[in-house]
Amino acid sequence: MIEALQYDFVRNALLAGLLASVACGVIGTYVVVKKIVFMSGGISHASLGGIGIGQFLGINPLLGAFFYTLASAIGMGVVVRRTKLPEDVTIGALWVLGMALGVIFHDLAPGTVPGLPSYLFGDLSLTSSSDLILMAALDAVIILTVSLLYKEFLILSFDEEFGESVGAPMEKSYLVLLCLIALSVVVMVRVMGVILVIALLALPVATGWQFTHSLKKLMLFSILLGLISTTLGIGLWYEFNLASGPAIVLVSIPLFALSFLFARLRRRRVE
Amino acid sequence: MLKEIVRLEDVSVRYDGIVVLEDINLSVYEDDFLGIIGPNGGGKTTLLKTILGLVKPSQGRVSVLGNPPNKARRLMGYVPQYNLFDRDFPLSALEVVLMGRYGQVGLFKRYSREDKKLALNALAEVGMLELKHRQIGSLSGGEQQRIFIARALVAHPQILLLDEPTASIDTPMQAGLYELLSELKRRMAIVLVSHDISAVSIYVDKIACLNRRLFYHGDKELEARELEEAYQCPVDMIAHGVPHRVLREHR
Repeated sequence: MIEALQYDFVRNALLAGLLASVACGVIGTYVVVKKIVFMSGGISHASLGGIGIGQFLGINPLLGAFFYTLASAIGMGVVVRRTKLPEDVTIGALWVLGMALGVIFHDLAPGTVPGLPSYLFGDLSLTSSSDLILMAALDAVIILTVSLLYKEFLILSFDEEFGESVGAPMEKSYLVLLCLIALSVVVMVRVMGVILVIALLALPVATGWQFTHSLKKLMLFSILLGLISTTLGIGLWYEFNLASGPAIVLVSIPLFALSFLFARLRRRRVE
Repeated sequence: MLKEIVRLEDVSVRYDGIVVLEDINLSVYEDDFLGIIGPNGGGKTTLLKTILGLVKPSQGRVSVLGNPPNKARRLMGYVPQYNLFDRDFPLSALEVVLMGRYGQVGLFKRYSREDKKLALNALAEVGMLELKHRQIGSLSGGEQQRIFIARALVAHPQILLLDEPTASIDTPMQAGLYELLSELKRRMAIVLVSHDISAVSIYVDKIACLNRRLFYHGDKELEARELEEAYQCPVDMIAHGVPHRVLREHR
């Protein structure tokens, strides 16, 4: 395993795993405590539209995903907030629209482009250094925004009604949070693929939640657990030539199950 | 002259063409402890939200110390109806109370040491200082309600608005909570809405009855006819701490 580090593509893969873990820990925490996992699933699946459009236009598909995913996140948020359309229907519609556009534009793309499974389930061998730069920049935006809006996101997650009463901009905060989810999707898509992004957004946080009652600690634990899952998953990807997203899920689920059992045992001992 | 804190003039509120509040006239003065009772769906929560400026009246005027409500949010402390947050929500009692300083701190900035001191004072005032580091969901319903009152108090409001504060609490804890409110009323006006007539009427100084329209005479007496009109059914009522049945029984 150690000698694998001499290869650029392995180092890139591990770096991509680290960058994805940061987004997972910080944004995944809000996704889980505010219970918007389904909304986040919609945003991540919709990103396939941007990937297809990127391939069609001959630009970096992650850049295509960046613009398209931001737009569909804002679209979902505005429709859910401002209209009476049912939330699940709205999310579902934009979810399938993104996937349909992704497949169509992928088929229309000129020349040979990587197949869709690479984007559906993650393919670390495609990670380029420009991808890594984009991912690092998005992580920086995520961390900066969360540190500026920490108060607002906390009130938004816990008690919007009270937030409104003290004049906190709840709708704007909600839309900004959805945009940050869109950015995290772009950060994670190389590693996890659009279908499995949600696993890395939710599972490390759900695992970490068994061990702390502090939001900040939960973010740190989740980054750490994300890093453990992605690194082990990347090991499996390298050794056995598995798709990286499924390999990481295979690691994350047992970690979650173990933490759940551990927390139950500890609770029983306390009682 | 007592200071008038809140004034509603001919206020009506419609949602999707349905009239929720109609021609409400109400003045709340600085020493008032007003209980507003009424059936579920009678517009109680909407009335509080209208005073807070979260719901815009379709007609009429709301003023809080002479200002439109959205300019006067800092003068009002709100204790929303008990909401079912996740019992494991990773947040301590102290962090919940700090949220109450939001209006004073504002966008992008962090809570200061001074804010934290004020939050600890507010926790002490509601008798919850020792539980400051406890996770909010691990507290009992009554303890949580005190934390939420502390969160409203920490901004030093001139009026406290409480929505069904006793709904999630067992009876012995309810008495303690009303005693806390009786202490607080020396410093601020209090308006609380509830569907529980008997509990409210023992502690509050004034009672109004709300079912789309407001029945209120600035005192604790309500005529049976008005209650019946508001609830559209016979009601048990306790006045001045002396329980007596004022209306005929349900059949």
